[in-house]
Amino acid sequence: MTVAQQTMRPVARTSSKLLIRRNIGRLFLGLCVAATLSGILALVVLLYTVAIDGVGRLNWDFFTTYPSRFPEQAGAKSAIWGTIWVMAFTALFAVPAGVGAAIYLEEFASRNWLTKVIEININNLAGVPSIIYGLLGLTLFVRAMAMERSVLAGGLTLALLVLPIVIVSAREGLRAVPPSIREASLALGATRWQTVWFQVLPPAMPSILTGIILALSRAIGETAPLIMIGALTFIAFTPEGPFSEFTTLSIQIFNWISRPQAGFADTAAAGIVVLLAVLLSMNALAIGLRSYFERRRKW
Amino acid sequence: MAAAGSEAVLAARARRRNLRRAKEAPIFAFIFACALLSIITTVGIVIVLFEETYNFFQEVNIVDFFTGTRWTPLFTSKQFGVLPLLNATLLMAFLAMLLAIPLGVLAAIYLSEYAPPTVRGIVKPVLEVLAGIPTVVYGYFAIQFIAPQILQPLGQATLLSAASASVAMGILILPLVASLSEDAMRAVPQSLREGAYGLGSNRFEVATRVVVPGALSGIVAAIILAASRAVGETMIVTIASGNQPILSWNPFEAMQAMTAYIVQVSLGDTPRGTIEYSTIFAIGSLLFLVTLAMNIFAQWLLARFREEYE
Repeated sequence: MTVAQQTMRPVARTSSKLLIRRNIGRLFLGLCVAATLSGILALVVLLYTVAIDGVGRLNWDFFTTYPSRFPEQAGAKSAIWGTIWVMAFTALFAVPAGVGAAIYLEEFASRNWLTKVIEININNLAGVPSIIYGLLGLTLFVRAMAMERSVLAGGLTLALLVLPIVIVSAREGLRAVPPSIREASLALGATRWQTVWFQVLPPAMPSILTGIILALSRAIGETAPLIMIGALTFIAFTPEGPFSEFTTLSIQIFNWISRPQAGFADTAAAGIVVLLAVLLSMNALAIGLRSYFERRRKW
Repeated sequence: MAAAGSEAVLAARARRRNLRRAKEAPIFAFIFACALLSIITTVGIVIVLFEETYNFFQEVNIVDFFTGTRWTPLFTSKQFGVLPLLNATLLMAFLAMLLAIPLGVLAAIYLSEYAPPTVRGIVKPVLEVLAGIPTVVYGYFAIQFIAPQILQPLGQATLLSAASASVAMGILILPLVASLSEDAMRAVPQSLREGAYGLGSNRFEVATRVVVPGALSGIVAAIILAASRAVGETMIVTIASGNQPILSWNPFEAMQAMTAYIVQVSLGDTPRGTIEYSTIFAIGSLLFLVTLAMNIFAQWLLARFREEYE
């Protein structure tokens, strides 16, 4: 064996190994891209399916007429107004309670066992299935507090459900405000609450707002907890106050999906198109708000 | 004289300060109450669930409940074996994970290790949109597209089946796995990657031998959180899985998940105080305990993972 052969051999082996490694790497990249694309593809197919099925039913009458036994005449007026009412009450309860809890935990709480228990508890509440909140709402609001199947009971139930989302995002917003701003305010003689209200909350507002929008976009699609509190009934009127019975878009969609007549599938799709349009614009608004204020932030 | 004057000024200041603090006391009480609300909610859930569950187990033997294979509380001959429901829930969650874990983790590797920032900036929000779509919409998608266009051509006999629901659920939790795993992978320090590159590794080797092992506890936490979401998922399984409490391993059969049973009962007019009414709380308790255990385990893993790199 010559010297040349001895040195050539390992080089040749290495380069073929290198080739294999490189090809495995390419194959893997291909797999990763395919996996990512499959998620996007699923979204496209879903939106396409719903749009094709639903667009035929989408006309002005769909927004201005009440549900009907005939799929062609069924409209979503009571569902849309019911959704607006329930969302208003959800926000009314979830926003002050969530932001308040976030302010307490970020600005006032001392690092003790109670704070720790509250924090762990919020994490766990975020993972509780929504149907369990439905059982809570049914027993507590509908039965024990005798609110019946009202807008108020629905709003309270959904408010408890989205509370962790509001708290977590509000805390992130508060945490992003530099401590130097608080210290400057306190040094000038402001009280702790004045510091929070006039100095910390304004710059944290965009994140808090984003969190509120995301929380409401979660609440607007929730169906199971509202079914639990008994909101799945035939409602052909718009709510008149907090104690009115109601239906929502998501419940009305479920109702149409469960009808055996073929025509209702398209009506359901039309409802889904409306629901998704609202949801996607809420998400877009949240993303837009975040990037707008991130660019304007001064620190 | 001057000293007395300044004392008076100081006293007045102190009085004003105390007044201001006193005015703020109710605000403080309010935000403290807000923070306590989360604890009250948890306590409320536990009391509500366990009160009726206690009533349920007064009438039904707990061993029969966990070992019985027939679930017929709405029939005249009532049997309370939870296994068909539990099996359906776990089977559908398992199948959904079978779809979501490989796709979600691979997508996370792509986003964290390969994707240029612009691509990542577009793809991640798109996947998050997928996670934000209401589950009732996935239910519609399952019975209008997944079952008739994909599963029935593959040999599924009926429209409604565990498989129809599982595929939709897999699509729902895919972005959850991807997004949380990606967070974990990005938390792996850059220096570890650079060390591996310095030793001659290529991207594939860095991703699979450095990043994934380094982020493993975070990835596992992501998977468990996604699984817990699948176990508690309600609308997809209610709409697409057929609502038949059958104990079977065949995913192409109709089944009924625990959540779907709760919905089925609440859609009917079940009077309070009957055993049928208590069943939904017993099932709810089981669901609550299973998801809680999964969440606590995932949180624990995440806390450990964060400590590793701090």
